[in-house]
Amino acid sequence: MSETTVLPMARALNAGLRQALIDDPKVLLMGEDIGPLGGVFRVTEGLQAEFGDLRVRDTPLAESGIVGTAIGMAMRGYRPVIEIQFDGFIFPAFDQITTQLAKMRNRHEGQMTMPIVIRVPYGGHIGAIEHHQESPEAYFAHTPGLRLVSPSTPNDAYWMIQEAIRSNDPVLFFEPKSRYWPKGEVNFESSAAGLHQARVVQTGDDVTVVGHGAMVSVLLQAAKVAATEGTSIEVIDLRSLSPIDYGPILASVQKTGRLVVAQEAPGSVSIGSEIAATVAERAFYALQAPVLRVSGFDVPFPPAKLETLYLPDADRILEAVDRSLAY
Amino acid sequence: MPSSAPEAPPEEQMVQLLTAEGTFQPSASAEAYLPYVEKLADEDHQRFYRDMVVVRRFDSEAANLQRNGQLALWPPSSGQEAAQVGSGHAAKPQDHIFPSYREHAVAMIRGVDLLRLIEMMRGNSHGGWNPSEHGNFHLYSVVIGTQTLHATGYAMAMQLDGATNTANPDTDEAVLVYFGDGASSQGDVSEALVFAASYQSPQVFFLQNNHWAISVPVTRQSRTPLYRRADGFGMPGVRVDGNDVLASYAVTAKLLDDARAGQGPALVEALTYRVGAHTTSDDPSKYRTASELESWIARDPIARMRTWLEGRGASAAFFAGVEDEAADFAADIRRRTVALGPPPTAKMFDHVYAEPHPMMAEQSAWLSAYEASFVSGE
Repeated sequence: MSETTVLPMARALNAGLRQALIDDPKVLLMGEDIGPLGGVFRVTEGLQAEFGDLRVRDTPLAESGIVGTAIGMAMRGYRPVIEIQFDGFIFPAFDQITTQLAKMRNRHEGQMTMPIVIRVPYGGHIGAIEHHQESPEAYFAHTPGLRLVSPSTPNDAYWMIQEAIRSNDPVLFFEPKSRYWPKGEVNFESSAAGLHQARVVQTGDDVTVVGHGAMVSVLLQAAKVAATEGTSIEVIDLRSLSPIDYGPILASVQKTGRLVVAQEAPGSVSIGSEIAATVAERAFYALQAPVLRVSGFDVPFPPAKLETLYLPDADRILEAVDRSLAY
Repeated sequence: MPSSAPEAPPEEQMVQLLTAEGTFQPSASAEAYLPYVEKLADEDHQRFYRDMVVVRRFDSEAANLQRNGQLALWPPSSGQEAAQVGSGHAAKPQDHIFPSYREHAVAMIRGVDLLRLIEMMRGNSHGGWNPSEHGNFHLYSVVIGTQTLHATGYAMAMQLDGATNTANPDTDEAVLVYFGDGASSQGDVSEALVFAASYQSPQVFFLQNNHWAISVPVTRQSRTPLYRRADGFGMPGVRVDGNDVLASYAVTAKLLDDARAGQGPALVEALTYRVGAHTTSDDPSKYRTASELESWIARDPIARMRTWLEGRGASAAFFAGVEDEAADFAADIRRRTVALGPPPTAKMFDHVYAEPHPMMAEQSAWLSAYEASFVSGE
């Protein structure tokens, strides 16, 4: 394989999962329709044919059962990688994730590891029906014992899925499903950053904007428009939602004095709220304006014909940037 | 049979070897299990009796410790000794046991220092033992029914490892998972039965029907005898007299052997009774009748085993020795319980994550500095 290849994220994830299955015989995939079908998003396409139906396992249709049995397999040394079919379908497994998976190592006082990855296609922009477009990451970021990451590019997806699988902690791997098919360059030789590092995607001087997953491309779009109006925006891709890598965020705020945090999820008690609180605690004197959140509204994800009104777009980012600059 | 237990049809009579009066009189349904009980020697019978007596004494000591303010809570196992001791001895050393939170006898049989259970109920730990160093006895599980899925995943991993179904019953592994009549209503238990049947994982689901989920009778959980649910999931279901230690042993041993030989999972419903409270925080007199309780005390598992052993010539010295051993066991638990100090602060932070985590480092350092500020600033 050449050093870099242009791939969509779904294919990059497929390549990353394939590499993980090759590297470690203890890695196995579990989920609904991930076998012959290759998953509803085709992320696992071809993997069952290559690695067999014991390592790439179609399960009964029961999310709690998938996570609960994966916990049992991890207890015996396996490294299960679970696919939850859609964001809104993770809730039947909520108890096994939060009361069991997250606490299992602590309950054993360190004498048990839970190297489980739960892949969650999440977010809107795909025009789907109810329960298929949600951003439930804050529920899990609130739970000690879990790690949460979300790639925004095919390159990050390829590397981060492998790093998540190598982690000895449970990792919720949020895949921005609206970014599954746009292509990007994947460097198969080396990773750009560690699993839990935020990354400055574009440097700027006037306002810092932070987001994750599909929001990063919206932030870049907003930055491009702002530049034509003479505003220089620094864009940071969180990559890791738990823990959050505050170093690059605080460094950026020291420079710009202004921060806008954007997310598809409802804003109340969200990842963005946490960042706003922490930046206020740690960089109060650097701030020239309050930290502003741009979020989905605090309503259930609306019927898809209304989703463009619900989801923050570049204009809503720019509106917040303008408010920040007006302080 | 009390009115609260759904009745089985006559042809599916529960498996019983020892009657409530202590007579060895196998039910017609017991035939397939007789070879297992025939292999037991006198010392096995005496071990079963000893374990039941010791764990009952331990259990009452623990309840007293809670009354003395030494424990936050205690879930008594009194009345369920035969179901637990019989099934616990049926498991082989290579088997893995996934308990609920009342399987004190099984913990003892598998070599767990019962002070570990006391530490949990005192507020010193959430468990904290390594199952692989403690008889493959996994941690207690407090969220009802969750452990049935972990057990099933573990059994599926045995299959992946080729650790089962190799025609060697001395090394082939299986899983024994405990839950109760209340848990039978949980979705996780249904999902575990579905996964186990689907993958034919080597395991026995051991349902202790003790007739009460705190204050709610089993009739609220099920209109059908619980063992018959197995049929719907596609596995054998057997109802056993859970107050008969020999029957509980034989049925579990056979079904575990069947599972390790590749015949897939099975469900056992052990009919027993929670003679004590759900936990020390409840009052059974508010929800059940004295006559029901008395009817079950008349079926006591220890009394009937004693009668049977006496009939087989066990000496008065044997029974006295067991009583002494039980008293010593309880006294040792009491002595060590009151000597327990608080757990180390580090227990809060050190085991949340396997890999370094900035919030753990930051918050544990902050707490240390905060605590130190009181010492130095007095």
